[in-house]
Amino acid sequence: MKKTGAQILCESLLKEGVEVIFGFPGGAVLPLYDTLPQYPKLRHILVRHEQAAAHAADGYARATGKAGVCLATSGPGATNLVTGIANACLDSSPVVAITGQVARPFIGKDAFQEIDITGITLPITKHNYLVSDAKDLATIVKEAFYIAQTGRPGPVLIDIPRDVFQQEAEFTYPEKVNLPGYKPTLFGHPAQIKRAAEVINAAERPIIIAGRGVIISRAFDALKGLAERAQIPVVTTLLGIGCFPETHVLSFGWLGMHGMAYANKAVHHSDVIVAIGMRFDDRATGVVSHFAPKARVIHIDIDPAEIGKNVQVDVPIVGDVKNVLEVLNQQIVPREHLDWFNQVDKWRDEHPALEIRECDSLLPQYVIRQIYEVTKGDAIIVTGVGQNQMWAAQFYFYDKPNSFISSGGLGTMGFELPGAMGAKVGQPDETVWCIAGDGGFQMTIQELATVVQENIAVKIAIINNGFLGMVRQWQQLFYGRRYVHTPLSGPDFVKIAEAYGVPAMRVSDKKLVVSSIEKAMDHNGPFLLDFVVEPEENVFPIVPPGAALVDAMEMPIPEKVTRSSK
Amino acid sequence: MSNTKHTLVALVEDKPGVLNRVSSLLRRRNFNIDSIAVGHTEQPNLSRMTIIVEGDDAKVEQARKQLDKVIEVVKIVDITSNESVARELALVKVKATASSRNEIIQIVDIFRANIVDVSSDSVMVEVTGDENKVNSLLELLRGFGIREIARTGRIAVTRGGAGPLQVEEPRETKVSKQLPKALPPEADIPPDW
Repeated sequence: MKKTGAQILCESLLKEGVEVIFGFPGGAVLPLYDTLPQYPKLRHILVRHEQAAAHAADGYARATGKAGVCLATSGPGATNLVTGIANACLDSSPVVAITGQVARPFIGKDAFQEIDITGITLPITKHNYLVSDAKDLATIVKEAFYIAQTGRPGPVLIDIPRDVFQQEAEFTYPEKVNLPGYKPTLFGHPAQIKRAAEVINAAERPIIIAGRGVIISRAFDALKGLAERAQIPVVTTLLGIGCFPETHVLSFGWLGMHGMAYANKAVHHSDVIVAIGMRFDDRATGVVSHFAPKARVIHIDIDPAEIGKNVQVDVPIVGDVKNVLEVLNQQIVPREHLDWFNQVDKWRDEHPALEIRECDSLLPQYVIRQIYEVTKGDAIIVTGVGQNQMWAAQFYFYDKPNSFISSGGLGTMGFELPGAMGAKVGQPDETVWCIAGDGGFQMTIQELATVVQENIAVKIAIINNGFLGMVRQWQQLFYGRRYVHTPLSGPDFVKIAEAYGVPAMRVSDKKLVVSSIEKAMDHNGPFLLDFVVEPEENVFPIVPPGAALVDAMEMPIPEKVTRSSK
Repeated sequence: MSNTKHTLVALVEDKPGVLNRVSSLLRRRNFNIDSIAVGHTEQPNLSRMTIIVEGDDAKVEQARKQLDKVIEVVKIVDITSNESVARELALVKVKATASSRNEIIQIVDIFRANIVDVSSDSVMVEVTGDENKVNSLLELLRGFGIREIARTGRIAVTRGGAGPLQVEEPRETKVSKQLPKALPPEADIPPDW
């Protein structure tokens, strides 16, 4: 049956199980938009900036595990997606980005709103396509979703010229994909797994570092199985938060530049590291030459290029984390490491950096903790980047997988609101809190309009300190407290929210925090809370640049807090 | 870990932009490329790329693994340690007067190279061989004054019968609803482990 390219695209998306598209129209995609009403099962959410479409698709993908889809027109529409696509790339998120392109005869001629988006996104997509004929479109869509969602997930871009949308072609949706150059290894090599089991069984001070790979692979039970069987302490990376319940007795928080000091210390003194679905990012390892000097490293990951990239690996295992762990666990001898466990536990007692100190003014850490208490740890938290992100990771305890959604690899400010939108659309029955800084929030503040138009009930908490917080902290600690361009003015967030149609409240009194959170939760729809917090608060612990993980700077012993002077 | 030149040989799908993908990746990952040569193979949809990378073993292995991630790269192996035949071609335009021409011809003969063009004041030499042979000839010709050199990159094929770069039949993968668990278990054992 002959259909237009636009129809073929819509049908193909439906075949892939797509239910939502985040997009923004324009000239090159007009034929597609004109076709959309024929497919009411495809819900289109109109954003206010294409960057938000990409972030929303990313948040949706992380919250649901399915590919998120974003759509933009050619030229500036496509370039506005770039940040969001790069964000998805660095955090291995399955996003399919569809961009319009000028008609085929105009390509390469600097036409109106023409841009070489496939060239621009080459380094930040897992793969991309420029469709040259509508008859190829169905196959391309199938391949794109396959590539985006399998192996190590990542963004795939499909660039479709305007006249291809209008071109007619036979539509049959392919059964199979034919990608001779793409065959992810799913099952670990049995000999390697055996070796790993031997190393783990003989270990005296083993530790598991679990990353986002565990979440992508849905290996939660398998991970728990390994940890409990051999009584191995578990730390996660920042993006691995939630893959292992933080209230479990074997959970020792997360490691890294702002991770728990005891987690860093445990990794440093371990003799066997089982790294699962993580990539030894520099934020997690500190200076690599001093990383876990006494440990043999077992690295389980689906991406062979990550193994041995940053850290020397003794037992490499390429494969899907869940598959590998299920085989590995059968070879693990149940045992305890009581001395080691007690040692790590003791370190936890000695490094209570996550106590919230007594203070009359409103502390950001206190705000996060109260959100945790009121939501009973049951919400999905989507953060911005910077101090707000670190506090959200430190002061909320995550037991459920996929409950902490944050831009880790790229660290994109402005991810918070559209990311939360995407997460809420993907999980409408869950409570979704967006934790934002006043700086990052201003980057995608326009999405308040989307949230109202589509009635997406995200709860927004702005940690408002009037600064570009994390940069200010570095300026304080490492640049002689020279606050160059970090004092950041902002609007009256409550007035702006209300102007957009989102009910809002400002809170600066500690005693009103809980009631304001409850008010936001009770409200049926989006709600914004502007928390005016202590301006020069710092995130501790911090591993200074160039230092080893074990040399984290910790919070000085708490004393009576004095009002900081500016 | 020596800083030597490694020869990577890749089978890539013959699709527009593949060379760009490969070279962009090598650039952005900060790898030192000596040369890239690419050409068709006996299979209609596959091209063969020979990439000469400089670096120590670990760095080059990382380059190989990153290139393997490119969707159109079907297979890529490092054949530096294999016994192989490596060749490159050079065309050299050398200044030659009536008096020096004979000497040049002698040198060219010794190297089993060819003179492919003659003019009143120059001579064009074509030489094929491994890198050392080509370099040696160029060194000797330098004394006469070189006008232009055009060199191809190196191509290499392993000696013996079936090599590590087997041309596989394209396989179709059936995709079912439950991604990725339902994919047929791949018995591929990556060469390193």
